Amino acid sequence: MKFLSLLVFRLGKAVSVVLGVVVVNFLLIRLAPGDPASIMAGEAGATDAEYVNRLREQFGLDLPLIQQLLIYIKNVLQFDLGFSYRNRLPVIDLILERLPATLLLMASAFVFSLVLGVLAGVFASRSRYENRHKWVDSAVMSGALLFYATPQFWLALMAIIFFSLTLGWLPAYGMESIGAGLTGWNMVVDVAAHLVLPTVSLGCFFVAVYARLTRASMLEVMGMDFVKTARAKGVPSGQVIRRHVLRNALMPVVTFAGIQLGQMAGGAVLAETVFGWPGIGRLMFDSLSQRDYQLLLGIFLVTSTMVVTFNLLTDLLYRFIDPRVDQGATP
Amino acid sequence: MKPFLRQFVAHRGAVVGLVLLLVVILVAAFASVWFAQSPWTMVGQPLLKPFESGEFPLGTDMLGRDIGAGLAYGARVSLLIGVTSTLVAVCLGVLIGAVAGYKGGAIDDLLMRFTEFFQTIPQFAMALVLVAIFTPSIYSIVGAITIVSWPPVARLVRSEFLSLKQREFVQAAVVIGQRPMRIVFTQILPNAMSPIIVTASLMTATAILTESSLSFLGLGDRNLMSWGYMIGAARTMLREAAWMSLMPGLAILVTVLAINLIGEGLNDALNPQLRKRGD
Repeated sequence: MKFLSLLVFRLGKAVSVVLGVVVVNFLLIRLAPGDPASIMAGEAGATDAEYVNRLREQFGLDLPLIQQLLIYIKNVLQFDLGFSYRNRLPVIDLILERLPATLLLMASAFVFSLVLGVLAGVFASRSRYENRHKWVDSAVMSGALLFYATPQFWLALMAIIFFSLTLGWLPAYGMESIGAGLTGWNMVVDVAAHLVLPTVSLGCFFVAVYARLTRASMLEVMGMDFVKTARAKGVPSGQVIRRHVLRNALMPVVTFAGIQLGQMAGGAVLAETVFGWPGIGRLMFDSLSQRDYQLLLGIFLVTSTMVVTFNLLTDLLYRFIDPRVDQGATP
Repeated sequence: MKPFLRQFVAHRGAVVGLVLLLVVILVAAFASVWFAQSPWTMVGQPLLKPFESGEFPLGTDMLGRDIGAGLAYGARVSLLIGVTSTLVAVCLGVLIGAVAGYKGGAIDDLLMRFTEFFQTIPQFAMALVLVAIFTPSIYSIVGAITIVSWPPVARLVRSEFLSLKQREFVQAAVVIGQRPMRIVFTQILPNAMSPIIVTASLMTATAILTESSLSFLGLGDRNLMSWGYMIGAARTMLREAAWMSLMPGLAILVTVLAINLIGEGLNDALNPQLRKRGD
């Protein structure tokens, strides 16, 4: 019962954020320099006044603002995000076509950064705690500091120069070899090879974040009494780390992972632009250079919805893993 | 002030960061002395490699513009945008956090909902949309970075206010009849300053990264040479002139790293009770 009311509460919060984005989108369209009707007419390649007026009537731009907002919300609820005159397709179709590629890239970068970051954090905290191989700790911390300050798009370019142009190991552009017509297992290998560089350059920053977070959280748990007890009764050190410390230290990392996804969604625009990855990030870049605002705002809405949904899922998952957490204790 | 200095200097990384940042500031300050020409003008042969010509030790780009001049003028833009947007964001965050924490109740609820909203939505995408719609200029860039970076300050200030307003010295000020504004500015805020300063220093680093990402995507101010723009321009010449993108990226890396190191040093010096955690 408690879980159900919590679910409703969280769901309501998520919906209100998405609704907020819709309102922001609407205001941005209205605030954008220039009259929307004439911009639309321009995009469609027409300039005469009568056509502009007809557009204004057709899109309800002569109605009071609040009524326009309601119409806009109604359209969004029916998955109508407007029409992209540049691409001659509805915005929602364009986005849905590109969404799987972005989800693949983000999932892969998410797993990469979480696994590598947590591992690095565990090794660093262990070497510090046991006071052996202290270079591991210094190496992880310096590496984290460095990646924390590296601009992601630049790292991506450097990776292309080194691994693609110089060594020729990995493809630098796109999602699959064009015209190769691969099928089955060969296609999977081909896509995976294309996925490596975008994943690493999108994930590196987050590896640094998770490594620092895991290390700090591990060190905090290591100072607790139950860990001392476990060691005192002679539990092997590796087992203490795995069973006693890591399990308790992972909680803040999981919560944080949900929050960080918003940042990763933004980073995907950069990674997809550099690597020509055919996802919605690349689509966003194209819409920027084409001044296709309908498409731009549509992508912003879909990205926000994606992030909110993921936050909701991690939030519920977190409660499922650790039942001690109640509603009041969340940050 | 002495123990603060000793703590800060004891953090070796922070001193390194300070030196690096001073170098960047000097380069930015003397940019127009060392490079009389605007960084946009064609000064030499295009695509000179670094050290190929004594006149342009860092080389020239595909339009014959001096990369060294670009770096120096770019330092100005990065520092200017980083510091300005952080200052504005801190003011906004302090204002919202202080009102929420001091007033409490329904106002607190409302303001925190508002803050959470801006914290949930993808920040970089939001900045991108804002700059694109309000046409790229130094004002829209500073505005966009401000809008996506104030929420952590607001939350921090709110929680500081919530705990500080329970303390005796604040209660005493209430009892002797000080006005709320005076209590906020002379009693509570000075005591909440250290975490705000630490957060602000780290925010400056993030703001510089955001600005470079925006101008890399072509959303920079068209009149100002910036590091992100230089990398974006070099991208089209990756095969022919890989070195062109190297230096501006290193410049961003060094600046952001320096500011992060200073932020950590400040954190250790200002919040000594947190030092035991080991970060």
